[in-house]
This record gives sequence, C-alpha cells and structure tokens, in this order.
Amino acid sequence: MNKKIILLSLLAVLFLVAGCTEAGTGKTSGSAAVKTTQSTTSAPAQSITLTGAGSTFIYPLMSKWSYVYKNLKNVKINYAAIGSGGGIRQIVVKTVDFGATDAPLQSYGYSHIHGALTIPESIGGVTLSYNIPGVTKKLRLDGDVIADIYLGKIKKWDNKAITALNPGVNLPDKSIMVVHRSDGSGTTFTFSDYLSSVSPTWKAKVGKGKSLSWPVGLGGKGNEGVAGLIKENPYSIGYVELAYVIENKMAYATLKNRDGYYVNPTIDTVKAAAAGAILPNGDGIWSNVSIVNSPGKNAYPISTFTYIVEYPDLSALPDMTEPKAKALVGFMWWMVHDGQKYAPGLLYVPLPNKVVKIDEETIKSIKYKGQPVLR
Amino acid sequence: MRFPNFFFYFRKSEGQDRIFQFFMGTVALISIIFLTLLLLYELIKGSMPSIQHFGYDFIFSTAWNPVKDEFGALPFIFGTFVSSLLALLIGVPICLGIAVYVTEIAPPKISAFISPLIELLAAIPSVIIGLWGIFVFAPFVRDYISHFLIKYLGFLPLFEGPGYGLSMLTAGMVLAIMIIPIVSSISREALLAVPVLQKEAALALGATRFEAMIQVILPYARGAIFGAVILGLGRAIGETMAVTMVIGNRPQISSSILHPGYTMAAVIANEFTEATANIYLASLIEIGLILFVISVIVNAIARFITWKYLRIQEN
Repeated sequence: MNKKIILLSLLAVLFLVAGCTEAGTGKTSGSAAVKTTQSTTSAPAQSITLTGAGSTFIYPLMSKWSYVYKNLKNVKINYAAIGSGGGIRQIVVKTVDFGATDAPLQSYGYSHIHGALTIPESIGGVTLSYNIPGVTKKLRLDGDVIADIYLGKIKKWDNKAITALNPGVNLPDKSIMVVHRSDGSGTTFTFSDYLSSVSPTWKAKVGKGKSLSWPVGLGGKGNEGVAGLIKENPYSIGYVELAYVIENKMAYATLKNRDGYYVNPTIDTVKAAAAGAILPNGDGIWSNVSIVNSPGKNAYPISTFTYIVEYPDLSALPDMTEPKAKALVGFMWWMVHDGQKYAPGLLYVPLPNKVVKIDEETIKSIKYKGQPVLR
Repeated sequence: MRFPNFFFYFRKSEGQDRIFQFFMGTVALISIIFLTLLLLYELIKGSMPSIQHFGYDFIFSTAWNPVKDEFGALPFIFGTFVSSLLALLIGVPICLGIAVYVTEIAPPKISAFISPLIELLAAIPSVIIGLWGIFVFAPFVRDYISHFLIKYLGFLPLFEGPGYGLSMLTAGMVLAIMIIPIVSSISREALLAVPVLQKEAALALGATRFEAMIQVILPYARGAIFGAVILGLGRAIGETMAVTMVIGNRPQISSSILHPGYTMAAVIANEFTEATANIYLASLIEIGLILFVISVIVNAIARFITWKYLRIQEN
C-alpha cells in the first residue's frame, strides 16, 4: 500500500514537471492551434475567416469590430490577444493574416518582413494613478518629477519638487511606493519612451522597452495587477492604461505637457497628441515613431498608436486567397473609417483625419500577386 | 477459448501476465524517456543562443536587463527556492496537523466533512488565489505579520523592513495554502495505511495517544509523508500565477523575507509573450531549462530518500 502511494505520487510529480515546462514550448503549440482553426473554418467557402494576433490592448475594440463586421459583411475575424511581441512573431512566421502591436516594428520585424506595412488603427493613453490618503485635490506632475520618482531619487511625497508643483496640497511625509508592470507590455514601452524623452538620465540608465530593469519599485502583473497594488497600498503610484483608470474610477495625475500646460488624460487630449505627430508613409520605417511628449497646447504627453502589421503583398501568406485578400483589405479600410466610431464608447481614442489619410494610402497599396487589392 | 499458444513454456495465466507486464512496462518506460528527451531537446535547442552567449555566467549572474540584453538567472533561482522552502516550512506542519486530526482525533462525522472541504481548495484556480492575494492577503500580511516581525525581530537581516505586503513571505504563505490539499490528503492516506495492530500494540504497551502518534504511527508512515512533501515542493516550484501576483516581481537577492523577489516560473509567464529579441527569448527558455533540471533533481533526491526509507523498513 505504502509503496503504491509513493509510486503514484512520484508519477504525479513527473506529470507536474511536464506541466511546468509547458510554458517553454507553448509558442509552437499555440501557433499550430491558430493554423488549424484557420484551415478548418475557411473550408466552406460561404463565409470568410480572417485570423489576427497580437496586442492585448486593442483586444476589446477588436472584439467589437469583429462582432459588427461579421454582421455587416459576413467576414469573421478571429483575433488572439497573445501580446504585441507574439503578434509580430506570428505574422513573421505567417501563421496569421495580420499582426497587431502597440510598439512599432523594430529591426527584427523589418528584417523578416520585407517592406512591412504599418497601419495605426487606434490610440491609447497611459495615466499615472496614485493613492494618497487625505489628498483630494488632483495631483500635478511633470516629466522630471515622474522620472526622478521612478529612478528612486525622489523618495517621499513631501519632496520639494512635488510640493512646488502642487501649491496648497498638503502632501504627507511618507515614502513613495513605486509600482510598475511586471509583464512585458506596450504600456511599459510607452511609459519608458516618455521618460526617455523627458529625462536624459533615464535614457542613459534605463532606456525604453516592453520590459525594463527597474531602479526601484514593485511589479504587478497586467493593468489589474498594478491597479490592485495601488488600491491596496497607501502612498503608492503607478502607470495604468487610460481606459482601465476611467472604467475603475481611479485617481490620476494631471501632467505638464511639452508646451507647459497641465492636461488631464482624456480622449480629446490624447487625440490632440496624435494630431501633431509627423509620420512616415505606411511602407516606411516606423521604429522611431512616437507621440509621447508631443507639442500642442492640449496634447497629453504619454500616449501611443497601436498598429496593424501586414505584408505589402498578401500572397506572401501561404493560406491567402483572392477572396480572403479582398476581405482583409476591406476590413482594414472599414476599421480606419467607420470602425473608428466604436472607439470612444470603449474609451479608445479615434484616429485624427491626418492619420486616416496616411492609412488610406497604405491600405490602397496592399497587393495580392502583384495586383492592388483595392480598386 | 484457446489461444494458439506461442508461450507454452509458461502456464497459460502466468505467460499472459508476464507478457502483459513486459508490454506495459516497456510502453511506460518508452513514453517517459521519450517525453523527457523531447523536452530536454526542445529546451536546449531553444536556449542555445543564450547558452552560447552567456555560458555558465548565466546561472550566477544577477543582471536582468531586457533593454541592454543582459540576462542572468540567479535571482530567479534564489526566489524559487526561498519561496518554495517557506511554503514547506509553513505548510507541512499544518498538513500533518490536518492529517493527524482527521485520521486519529476527529470523530468520523467531522472528518468526513473536513477532508473534502480541504481537497476543495485544490479546485480554486491559481489566478483567483493570486487576486485574493493582492486584494486581501497581502494587505493583511503587511499590516499585521510584517509589521509585527519588523517591530520585534527587525534587527535580524531576515526580517528587515520596509515590509510591503508583496514579499517572499507572502508568496511562501500563499504557496503553503496551495500545497495543503495535496500534501494533507496524501499524508492522511499514509496514516490510514498504518496497520491497526501497530497502533493498538503501542497503546496496549501504555503509550498515550500522543506517544503512539509520534513514536509509532508517524515513523511508520514517514516514507509516504515524505513523498507527499516532495509532491508539494513540486507544486510550489512550478506554481506561477498566484506567486507572480504577490511576490513583487523584483529580480533581487535580499536577505529579508519581507522584501520582494521573483521566481523562475513567474518571469517566464510575465515576459515570454513580449520577448522578441532572439537572445531574450533564449534566456527565458534557458530559465525554463533550469527549472526543468531542478525539478528532475528534486525528484531524484526524493525518490532516493523514499527508496532508502523503504529499504530500512523492509529490513
């Protein structure tokens, strides 16, 4: 009896071990799964199914779009929110019809996708949320102060640099608990992009990326993790996506923008930041595109585009057919035009006209077997 | 019914049994070896760029900077060990208490009520335990336990402040809760398997219930209990979601269990989806490889010790 139990338990341990390592091999099995659904569902020619993968940020809006578009054109969009990095990898290995990412393509993407197209389809803002008991007035912060807090140089809430920006607010003599994202994330990319653009020290010491080596602070997993830490820990500060903050009615700071005005994060101020951006053509190199710290009186300083990534000629994708190519391009066109009206309801920021014009040119340039798809 | 008997050397039933045993044994062995080799192959292949670039330094380096492509696994190995050991330290006495109470002390009606309730703990998804950890348990640890430890034992490096709720200690306690169902139910089975004669003999010799428990019943079942503990350790080492929610996710090695840390499973879960650079991805896979090797070593040790105990018992 004894022996049996031990044997059984050891067997179970072995299974556990197998389970632990699954994370390491998940990538291949994941892509295989995407592929099978694609080929099985596209077999009946009546309704076309498009698959996409990437950004978790765009997922709620993408779900809305796919629901509306299914009813509109009988084209089904299967979108897997596996993260921006994963989205880029999937489009590079051609297991999906389009990729979506919050950070623009870098050399990895451009070296694998020749002439890759970048299509910004929505905009997101990042807020600084905090929890200071007893402070009811909205906190004002600027780039230097935020960078110094995240560098660990400003340690207490009543530091002169903070009180100078907030006259009349009685800030406590308490240590600041700094919170950041622990998972790789486009939100972190945008936030660190902002800090790099306002603070040379940050740029040299930490830099920008989806995951960082943080000088100070605790890591929370996902927006909900960071929000949870802020909510449960007095005297904390962290960065959280705009939509998440508004939906959960969290306190957020007013930030000083490039032109010296204090702006709240709202759909209008984030849109204003995007309107001032100088953008390359869709087939250009977008690696350095950034709308953080944009000029403009009304521009909110921490915001970012989120992008669709596509091959310039859709026949590069092995499962692409002409009807599918037409459906895909049609969906993209709809997304940057009529689709935009669904954005504000879900607290996404619609594209400014200027960006829609650039997207139009890009979408028109998409080809299938050398022929433009949209005529 | 007669088979055309290929194995007429044996009596029919014996021959069939042997063949069956041999066949099943081979299948089991092949599948385990094949799976292990496949996993090892995939992991080593995936982590090759990192192995070539960092070499042995990877295991001993404390750097983790995805922006500058500098990677080292030591803080994660440290965090995995410390949080798992804390879980065993806190969880195993509780599990033994539960097992002893349920088998020896509680009236049958109560134990029939308690056991399924404890096993139900295993049905809670770990992400739920993690969220409960952030919103309920971590603030509790911060306000009561950390606060108390810093106040009275803060002079020890082990309990140095500041104590945020998110720490090795909180992770260890959450893990302890998560290993309770499996460890306590296997320990309970082990105690139930102790022959009644042994128990009664001890009591007949004048032992109190406590003495019988400590000197006869627990020693008799220790092999299986040890197996249960190792099973718990396996769960603790591999646990991802609940840990990453409460451990603070800071790749550092600190003497204080009230400071945040990071584990191997947590960093893989956190950073794998967004890792695009080759060397970054390879480093994460190498951490998976280390996790795999450590788990295998832990199992090997456990198997060796249980085997030794069993042999002593048989002699």
